[in-house]
Amino acid sequence: MSDTSNNSETFQAPPSGGGGGNGFPGQIQEIPGGGVVLSKLDDVINWARSNSLWPLTFATSCCGIEMMAVASAKYDFSRFGFEVARASPRQADVIIIAGTIVNKMGPVLKRLYDQMADPKYVIAMGACAISGGPFFYNTYSVVKGADHIIPVDVYVAGCPPRPEALLHALISLQDKIKRGLTREQIKSGL
Amino acid sequence: MNTGELKTKITELLAAATFDETGEWLNIFVEPKDWLPLAQQLRHEESLQFDYLFCLTCIDWKTNLTMVYHLSSTIFRHNIVIRSVLNNDNPEIESVSHIWKTADFHEREVYEMFGVNFLNHPDLRLLILPDGWEGKNPMRKDFEDPINMIKL
Repeated sequence: MSDTSNNSETFQAPPSGGGGGNGFPGQIQEIPGGGVVLSKLDDVINWARSNSLWPLTFATSCCGIEMMAVASAKYDFSRFGFEVARASPRQADVIIIAGTIVNKMGPVLKRLYDQMADPKYVIAMGACAISGGPFFYNTYSVVKGADHIIPVDVYVAGCPPRPEALLHALISLQDKIKRGLTREQIKSGL
Repeated sequence: MNTGELKTKITELLAAATFDETGEWLNIFVEPKDWLPLAQQLRHEESLQFDYLFCLTCIDWKTNLTMVYHLSSTIFRHNIVIRSVLNNDNPEIESVSHIWKTADFHEREVYEMFGVNFLNHPDLRLLILPDGWEGKNPMRKDFEDPINMIKL
């Protein structure tokens, strides 16, 4: 850092509209003897939240197996702050809808979502959760997309999606939270 | 017992039984009215001892409903398949849940999915389908659900 430069330097260039990217959302303001970091509290809160998202242990079919693969050593979503899978919706931040939702499961999914504390996020994993997928036609029992029941933030295509695809979805969700663009955040004005 | 011996033995027990040997296991066709007495003999006959009912289901062939029972013996390791074509207007057959306990749930499932009435079943009510579903059988080929079903 040069002494003659402008006394403010971008700590990490935040994309317009909030603290996106992976670094801390703020700027270093140089003052004699050191510097201070300037940031918006909302951005800091979103940054903190996005890096510790606890998923609910919830899987209704084969996508659940891929989700378990992502949790295990080879892919390991704990690298991104998803390590603490919770068996109780009251302790979970994100629900990954991993599998087919049938009409009988619909009220259960709604109830789990309602029991989660705000702010809460939803990922629809795989074709079944997005649209009913292979069960779109000629079935009496399958909900044609989980977003008929609860709002979804990120959709992952695949049947089932590769573990890398789910990781990408999780990172996309983090990015969305940092930008303050999830449904929950828009609703609450965060 | 091998297939030939099973055939001989079952013909002794029920002369009206017919056989089909094209599949992996011996298929035995019986009338619904003959099923319960035969089932009891299959379970308890000294040389047969079919103590394990490993599959119980129904097939809608459009022309009729057919009950299918897969039986095995954990003692002699022989398997048979019993098939019974049901009456179209009134599909009913005797329950075998008191012989093989597993038939209890399986028969409840066939009852709700295909509408087969199991006589003398201890607790014939819906198993998987939500309450109030009675009367419509989703696994029947002619099942219609214009609200939930998108036809291809």
